[in-house]
Amino acid sequence: MKGPLSGLARGLAVTLATLGRPVVTAEYPDVTPTLAPRSRGVIALLEENCTVCMLCARECPDWCIYIDSHKETLEVEGAARARQRNVLDRFAIDFSLCMYCGICVEVCPFDALFWSPQFEYSETDIANMTHEKERLREWMWSVPPPPALDPGAPVAKEVDPSGRPARTAGATRAERPERPERPERPERPERAAGATRAERPERPDRADRPARRTPSPTTAATTPPTTPPTTPPPTPTTPPTPTPAPPPQDEP
Amino acid sequence: MPEALEVVLRAVAVLAAFLVLPLLVGQTEHKVMAHMQGRLGPMYAGGFHGWAQLVADGVKFAQKEDSVPAAADRTLFRLAPGIALVPYLVAMSAIPLAPGVVAADVDAGLLFVLAASAVAVLGILVGGWASGNKYSLLGGMRTAAQLLAYELPLVLAATSVAMAAGTLRLSGIVEAWQPWWLLWQAPAAVVFLVSAVAELQRPPFDMPIADAELVLGAYTEYGGLRFALFLLAEYAGIVVMSGLFAVLFLGGWSGPFPEALGWLWTLAKTGLVAVLVIWIRVAWPRMREDQLQALAWKVLVPLALAQLVLTAALVVAL
Repeated sequence: MKGPLSGLARGLAVTLATLGRPVVTAEYPDVTPTLAPRSRGVIALLEENCTVCMLCARECPDWCIYIDSHKETLEVEGAARARQRNVLDRFAIDFSLCMYCGICVEVCPFDALFWSPQFEYSETDIANMTHEKERLREWMWSVPPPPALDPGAPVAKEVDPSGRPARTAGATRAERPERPERPERPERPERAAGATRAERPERPDRADRPARRTPSPTTAATTPPTTPPTTPPPTPTTPPTPTPAPPPQDEP
Repeated sequence: MPEALEVVLRAVAVLAAFLVLPLLVGQTEHKVMAHMQGRLGPMYAGGFHGWAQLVADGVKFAQKEDSVPAAADRTLFRLAPGIALVPYLVAMSAIPLAPGVVAADVDAGLLFVLAASAVAVLGILVGGWASGNKYSLLGGMRTAAQLLAYELPLVLAATSVAMAAGTLRLSGIVEAWQPWWLLWQAPAAVVFLVSAVAELQRPPFDMPIADAELVLGAYTEYGGLRFALFLLAEYAGIVVMSGLFAVLFLGGWSGPFPEALGWLWTLAKTGLVAVLVIWIRVAWPRMREDQLQALAWKVLVPLALAQLVLTAALVVAL
C-alpha cells in the first residue's frame, strides 16, 4: 500500500532502527572527546623560540596578537661593538578576536607558535579571553607530537630533492617544465610512514645550535638555549634541512 | 470495620499506582525517545541513568511561584488541573489487573472508565477558558473539537468489544476474551488506539497543545505545580488508556504462565501499549487541525461502524 501508511511505517522503522543503534551523544564533561589530529584548540607559544620578528602580529587577519619587546645591549668581551638582541616583554593573543585561521602558526619562521588541541579555556567575561605569554607557554605542554604523514602523502620537498626539476636561471614559473615522475611510492615506505629522527643523518644535533647562533660564550650563558631540555616534543617540527641561523641582530 | 480497612487499602493502592505508573511512563518516554533520536536522555539525576529525573522535575515545579493571570477566572483556573487529573485516578480504580485484583469492580466498568477519562479532557477545556489568554482559548477550543470528534470512535470501538463479550464489566470482558479476537477486533483496536492517543492530545494529535504555534495551548498560563499536575494528568491518561487497551483488546491477564502471574501480564501489556504510544509520538509529525477532523469523521467513525456490524454479525452467527 503506497501512500500515507507507507510513510508512517517508514517513520516507525527509522525510529526503531535508531533505538537499536548506539547513541551519538558525547558525554563531554565526563568523557574527554577524542579530537582529530591537528585540532585547532588554542595557539600555544614556545617563548624561547620567539625572536620578536612580529610576522605573526602583522599577518594576523584579526590583529589579535599583541607583542611588546625591547632591545637589550650586550657588552661582549673582545668584540668590536656591543651586540643587541630582542627581548620579548609581552606576547598576548586575544582569543575573543582570534578566528583560529592558523596563519600566525604558518608564518612563524622560528617555530614558536603551535596548535594545541586544548579547548577548555572559556571565560565568563570577554575581556578575560586575552591570554598572556605565560598562559600561552603553559599550553605548549598540551601540544601533541607532529602526526605522521598520511599514507600516500608526497614526501616533503626538502627531504626528496630528486623529485624537483632543476631550476634554470631566469626561468619563470610559467615556463617551468613539467615535473618529472616521482619515484614509485613503495621504494621508501618507512619515510612515508613518518621518518624518525634517527633516520635523518643530515639533521644537525640540536645541542650545538645555540653555539652557532650566538658565538660568544658570554651571550650563550645569558640567552636561553633555543631548546631547553624541558621543551615538549613539538620542537622536532623544524624542517630536517638545517634552517639558516637567524641573522645576527645587529644594528648596521 | 475490616470492610472499611479494605476500602482504605484499595484506595491507597490505587493512589500509589497512580503516583508511580505515570512517572514510570514519563521516564520511559524520556529514555526511549532519546534513544530513538540517537541521544542518551537524562543521565545525572539520581545517579544511575537519570532515573530520578521526574522526581527532580517535580521538586523544581513545586518550588516555582504559583501565579494566576489578572485576566483569568481565578477559581476555575485553580480548579482546572484537578479536573484534569482526578478523573484518571477514578478511572484507574476500575481497571482490573487480575481476577479480583481491582480496586472497584464496577458492573459497567467500561462505561465508567470511558466516562471518567472524557471528564479529564474537560479539565483542559476549563483551563483554556479560564486562563483569559487567546492562545489558551484556541487550545481549549481545539481540545473541545478533538474531544467531540474522537470520543465517538473511541466509544464505538469499545462497544464492539463489549458486544463481543456480552458484558460491560471489564473483568467479564477479559474472561470472555479469546486469542482469535486479536484478529476479529483488530480494526476496533486500531480505531481505539488512534482515538485514545487523540483524546490524550499526544503527538501526532497534539494540535490543541502545538507548542510551536499555540505556545502549549491551554497550558500557556500555567506554571509550577499546576502545570506539573497537567503533565501528570497526561501521563496518567496514557496509563489509563493503555490499561484499558490491554484489558479490552489484548486479553488482560490471559497468558501462558500460571494464574498467579496474571497481574504481571496485564502490567506488561499496559507497558507495551504505553511504549507504542511513545513510539508513535517520536515517529510521526503533528497533524493539521482539518486533517484531524477528517481522520476522525471520514476514517475512524466509518471503520468503527463497520467493525460494529462485523462484530454483531459474528455474535449473532455464533
